[in-house]
Amino acid sequence: MEKFKKIESNAIPLPMVNVDTDMIIPKQFLKTIKRTGLGKNLFYELRYDEKDAPIDSFVLNQDKYKDSQILITGKNFGCGSSREHAPWSILDYGIKCIIASSFADIFYNNCFKNGILPIKLDESEVTKLQKAAENSLSFTIDLENQKISYFDKNINHEVNFELDKAKKTSLLEGLDDIGLTLAKVNHISDFENKQKSRTPWLYSQQIK
Amino acid sequence: MSTPKTLYDKIWNDHLVSENEDGTSIIYIDRHLVHEVTSPQAFEGLKIANRSVRKPNFTLATADHNIPTTNRDEGISDPESKLQVDTLEENCKEHGITFLSMSDKRQGIVHIIGPEQGFTQPGMTIVCGDSHTSTHGAFGALAWGIGTSEVEHVLATQTLVQTKAKNMQINIQGELPLGVTAKDIVLKIIQTIGTAGGTGYVIEYTGDAIKSLTMEGRMTVCNMSIEAGARAGLISPDEKTIEYLEGRPFSPAENEYQSASDYWLSLASDEGAAYDKTVNIDASDIIPQVTWGTSPEDVVSIDGLVPNPDDESDETKKKSMIRALEYMGLVPNTPLKEVKVDKVFIGSCTNGRIEDLRAASKIAKDRKVADHVNAIIVPGSGLVKQQAEEEGLDKIFIESGFEWREPGCSMCLAMNADKLKPQERCASTSNRNFEGRQGRGGRTHLMSPAMAAAAAINGKLSDCREI
Repeated sequence: MEKFKKIESNAIPLPMVNVDTDMIIPKQFLKTIKRTGLGKNLFYELRYDEKDAPIDSFVLNQDKYKDSQILITGKNFGCGSSREHAPWSILDYGIKCIIASSFADIFYNNCFKNGILPIKLDESEVTKLQKAAENSLSFTIDLENQKISYFDKNINHEVNFELDKAKKTSLLEGLDDIGLTLAKVNHISDFENKQKSRTPWLYSQQIK
Repeated sequence: MSTPKTLYDKIWNDHLVSENEDGTSIIYIDRHLVHEVTSPQAFEGLKIANRSVRKPNFTLATADHNIPTTNRDEGISDPESKLQVDTLEENCKEHGITFLSMSDKRQGIVHIIGPEQGFTQPGMTIVCGDSHTSTHGAFGALAWGIGTSEVEHVLATQTLVQTKAKNMQINIQGELPLGVTAKDIVLKIIQTIGTAGGTGYVIEYTGDAIKSLTMEGRMTVCNMSIEAGARAGLISPDEKTIEYLEGRPFSPAENEYQSASDYWLSLASDEGAAYDKTVNIDASDIIPQVTWGTSPEDVVSIDGLVPNPDDESDETKKKSMIRALEYMGLVPNTPLKEVKVDKVFIGSCTNGRIEDLRAASKIAKDRKVADHVNAIIVPGSGLVKQQAEEEGLDKIFIESGFEWREPGCSMCLAMNADKLKPQERCASTSNRNFEGRQGRGGRTHLMSPAMAAAAAINGKLSDCREI
């Protein structure tokens, strides 16, 4: 996984609540056996009409947000299915940071596995950032110092955010989770031996 | 005496491999269910890193999301779907994982076949790349949905790195009125706590109304925990659990069954165990529920009206209500019972079990599906289908005018050919009424199997108790 670096970009405002994973990437795009190439179908049904033509009013189709790396949205973002195609499509589009007042658990977790930073802030703070995003201001996301900053009318605004330490390290260092766990393979083997003597039927289960 | 523990505490403690310096824990995973949609990239990841599957015999795979429910002998006509299913089969062969193919009668929706095969047992940790893995919590197994990166992690290490969640108790006291089912309970719960109410929690369902449910009903409740935001739902194991599992293909052998059962019963939450939050709901207040909007929390009783956004004081909620009503093509204050339906879908991991088909068949018997309605029944597995046919349920459905299909996820997520056309309205026993979930522009109303069957007969949303 790539290391998470400081982001400087304007942000896409998407003030909708309960944006679900079917909205982020509809099922017809889940038939792929690859992780890449999903960005063009991100928010497909909001972004394209029934004839596949871009819907001008949708924010992702507006030129000024074409290269944005930040998405600012409403509460309970990413609810619904566990499909990692949702963060894959977001990343493939070029978005590396999502700001909302809350996220659904599985989606939140999936973000960190793909180098995306989801930031939780109070709803009032998110609303302020939405406004700034609508004015296409440029934001800096500094994970190292857990700080969002932006200039509005020559005034520098700074917003601090909380993040679990393990998740922060994982993003900053682009860690290979599986490699880290495999380094503790002795613990896993010990556990299996212990479990086998305590609940032996778990190990004798066979297809009949 | 030690501190009283919840079922969640006990399973967590029994699966703790080690605690990392950063506060996370390595948790052992006893069983892993795999399907075609969320696994190809995980197997590809293993290959790139030259890693193997640690416990192939703790892993069970099937194809369910992407397969046709008609003309099975012709195979899968959609080339992308076919590639995904073939890829799964090859990956299973390469790594020695049991794969139940489309032609195997044990094939079905992954969350139906786990319990049916006895692969799901109390006290286990179970994961799958699917959010409805919470279903298995009905057995007192800690079961949750994971993304593809974690599927790869489990394949390679048989563990996951986790942080312990908070624990919520949802207590359903009292007796369930006649004609009210597990689906109505869970819809009521989601309406009460909201789709983010369970975020960060593992929910344990307790109370007389939960205990009185069959294992099938308990699975329906736990299945939709994720619609309330909780990754896992749990019900303490009891005699019903033990009875259900006895003699199933993967269940403990006869000589081990007694010690397994003793262990299972010991896992039930202790008297006086502490929860981070408790919600109480009175079962006798619940009447059949249906959804009106595009979020599973948009629930009303069947005798109610389509809600009016003008009555909502919260501006954000009001806006999303207006959007939902527009999408659903509904006018505020319309009685639910006047809403006409075009399609009916009975099936899914929520309500595709034998008990669900029996309940629907009672309504369908000696009645006809309304002329303008297309109604399909999709059993949750090949074995559910076989059992239903042995009981003659297929004949009842076919005589009523329902279509009798092959098992799979089907119109719950509409990845195969079973989908709604724009603006078509469906009475569905599935779990999500999101925009576009059952097909672009499709309008979904979630309800129980008896309610869906009643909607098929009357051609509009109906109270199954009045048929």
